[in-house]
Amino acid sequence: MFRILHDTRFDFIKWWRQAAILTIAFITLGLGSLALTGGLNLSIEFTGGTLVQVRFAQPPDAAELRATVGNAEITQFGDPTEYTLRIQGAEAIAEQASAAEGVAKQVEAALRAKYGDRFTIVRTEAVGPKVGAELARGAIIAMFLASLITLAYLAFRFEWRFGLAAVLSTAHDVLVTMAFIKLMDIEVSLTVVAAILTLLGYSGNDTIIIFDRVRENLKKSRKEPLYDTLNRSINETLPRSVLTHATTLAATLALLVFAGEVLRPFAWVMTFGIFVATFSSIYVASPILLYIERKFPRKDAAGRGPHVSASSARAESQVDDAPSRPPRSKTTAGR
Amino acid sequence: MTNLKYRLLLIVGLVVASVWALWPRTIIERVKRDGVFVYDTVKRVPLKKGLDLQGGMYLALEVDESRGAVVDKSDALDRALKVVRTRIDEFGVSEPVVQKVGDSRIIVELPGIDDPERAEQVVQKSAFLQFMITDESNALERALPRLDQIAKDAGGPAAAISGDTARSTALGLQKLFTPDSASKSSDSTKSDTAVTPSTGGTISSLLQRGEMPGEYYIAENNVPRVEYYLSLPQVRAAYPPGKTLKWGADTISLGGNVYRTLYVLDAREILNGEWIKDANPNNTPIDGTVVEFQLSNEGGRRFRTETAKHIQDYMAIVLDDRVMGRPPVIQSAIGTRGQITLGRRDLQQAQDLALVLRAGALPVPLKIAEVRSIGASLGQDSINRGTTAMIIAISVVVLIMVVYYRFSGVLAVGALVLFVLYTLAVLAGFNAVLTLPGLAGLVLAVGMAVDANVLIFERIREELARGKTVRTAIDEGFHHALSAIVDTSVTTILTAAVLYQYGTGPVRGFAVTLIAGIGASLFAAVFITRTFYLAWLSRTRGAQALSI
Repeated sequence: MFRILHDTRFDFIKWWRQAAILTIAFITLGLGSLALTGGLNLSIEFTGGTLVQVRFAQPPDAAELRATVGNAEITQFGDPTEYTLRIQGAEAIAEQASAAEGVAKQVEAALRAKYGDRFTIVRTEAVGPKVGAELARGAIIAMFLASLITLAYLAFRFEWRFGLAAVLSTAHDVLVTMAFIKLMDIEVSLTVVAAILTLLGYSGNDTIIIFDRVRENLKKSRKEPLYDTLNRSINETLPRSVLTHATTLAATLALLVFAGEVLRPFAWVMTFGIFVATFSSIYVASPILLYIERKFPRKDAAGRGPHVSASSARAESQVDDAPSRPPRSKTTAGR
Repeated sequence: MTNLKYRLLLIVGLVVASVWALWPRTIIERVKRDGVFVYDTVKRVPLKKGLDLQGGMYLALEVDESRGAVVDKSDALDRALKVVRTRIDEFGVSEPVVQKVGDSRIIVELPGIDDPERAEQVVQKSAFLQFMITDESNALERALPRLDQIAKDAGGPAAAISGDTARSTALGLQKLFTPDSASKSSDSTKSDTAVTPSTGGTISSLLQRGEMPGEYYIAENNVPRVEYYLSLPQVRAAYPPGKTLKWGADTISLGGNVYRTLYVLDAREILNGEWIKDANPNNTPIDGTVVEFQLSNEGGRRFRTETAKHIQDYMAIVLDDRVMGRPPVIQSAIGTRGQITLGRRDLQQAQDLALVLRAGALPVPLKIAEVRSIGASLGQDSINRGTTAMIIAISVVVLIMVVYYRFSGVLAVGALVLFVLYTLAVLAGFNAVLTLPGLAGLVLAVGMAVDANVLIFERIREELARGKTVRTAIDEGFHHALSAIVDTSVTTILTAAVLYQYGTGPVRGFAVTLIAGIGASLFAAVFITRTFYLAWLSRTRGAQALSI
């Protein structure tokens, strides 16, 4: 049998403070830059505007191209012969209110005058301001609804403490991913929103797997403090986490490297999100669960889950200091 | 044993069903042969590719209310939908989609179209045809003094007109991209107007009598100014009663100068395009490109009666508010046949005009709210890249599973193969559309699909480590892993469902593949792998060691 990380006894939760500092710093950095520079790099799907992807016969001179199409934002897209031209100015968008395709035609005319037949337009997207606003609203509703549904399901499937911890850690993932998108200046298109929503599901998964094990371990060994149960559960599910992430990462990395420019933002977000999901199910969901347990200790009289009253008082007293002062010695003592 | 038999039977049955669902079949399809669309039978795998993979065009149309509000938009859109659908059906695209979305939008999808501009024309052209008689009574001359006065009171059009001039110059880009150029162009117009009005009336100085009654020539560079005056409501109110003014569609050149024609017409049309039964393009030696049309019997009767009243008058054929060609003189009563002269335009345009005339006029003007067009070559690129990514992802996943779990890994890979087959079959079965994000979803689903297997295998290992027998360990492994697997599948499916509800085309494709993928992976891991184990156990008659 070929095993990795078998029967490990790492004290993961010990590091919760460092992890918290790291993740809060990252989120602050991301959201701070969001506040300073004003918003995400939204695609024309949301803002309205025009995108023209052009394939030239020979690599064009970027400066010359820029001069030809005025204020269009010019980006090389994969090959040196391929460029995307984006026009998102307020004036251009206002013009598109009456006819979305107008600006694209002007761009083509300008290119035609300069380059003649030495280019082909391989993709055009022109979105009027009204459609853009609708798509943006749809995306926000989708994010909100997906979070709500995930929350409801987790609350239904797990006892509320677990549910709340899982939801908070999922929310954390979305925030961190947003910060990542901002810091990497990834263009937010509908596909990227799809990636974020997929992450929502995926990050929920990871937490579920660990919590599922916690739930089972709580049933089995009722004397053990929750701090140790959590650590044990994380350790027990560690081979699974590593392996699953390896396979999912193989998929997203394949997309990142081979699937081309259009899917690249999607692949970036997914790749990053998989790391974050793993991180958060260990360092965010678990400490939060500990904190919740400390604040709202379970009472068997209330009939919440199959936990024994004798242990709950003990567990509480030990858990009590866990998030604030991780008891290093207890981890091994628990076994 | 019987249990195992049924399990195997179910798996094989599903494989057969999947293969059948994916088998290349003969489909009657419109295909392009030598530039003409014909119905033909094609043999292909019944998986629909989205516009982003096969290339094509997506249009979202809305009612254009810039020239007057539309009362019942939803109803108007329903009628417009019929017209657009008829036009698109005749336009010749394989498997076009024309549908109403919500109350305010029509969506048109044209796969494989290679001339987006032409498609826009065909969809958007109002194609409102009118037959009108030119004015013989010099009505405009008599009204001109008043119009001049009104126009003069209205003041110089410089500020208001600058937008129009800028737009009508060949490259409006300048104005769009550099904000200061707009003011520049308005300056130039101002200086123009400062010079001209001294010579006679504000409007009348810009007009020149044409060759036939009711016809006027306007120098090309004066056109925006006249357009501006004619758009003023007070000017419109002072039009000669019962008359209307329409621009000619073409320019004419006289003595080196280029002119546009403006016609004064009786406001009452003698007939409109409603009565057209058939229309065909033609090339005639005298008139150049024409569209010959035929009216219905009832239309012909009306036309005959009306034209009989106007012998020796000139009849303007007005298409979408533009007079087509020079109005011909009516020699004698005209019956059911007639033609529209297109002059220098090519046959393609005549074909398109004939097409829209046959389909009928749009009940309301439509504007394009969104357009996406993707070249076929780009689509093919995307397919190639997506496939590469998929093959690599699957290879790496297979490698990891087999190296790490050995024999059990091989079983999981077997289940993975069936998973891919089932997923594709489900997509084909539901007639789902495969898009580029959909391909990404499929690749992602492959990565996630093994998750369930990993969970189960890890569990079995644990049970084995506790000293359980192989059979019990397998049973326990599946049993304990189940709740986590179901939970993870359900959360992913729920988010994907939300995505489907709120996403558009490509993203919907992603949601669909993800849902199909997760469903199939659930089945593959829980049922198929289990069955493989059962089969293996029954063959080895209760093995003592499991390679996992």
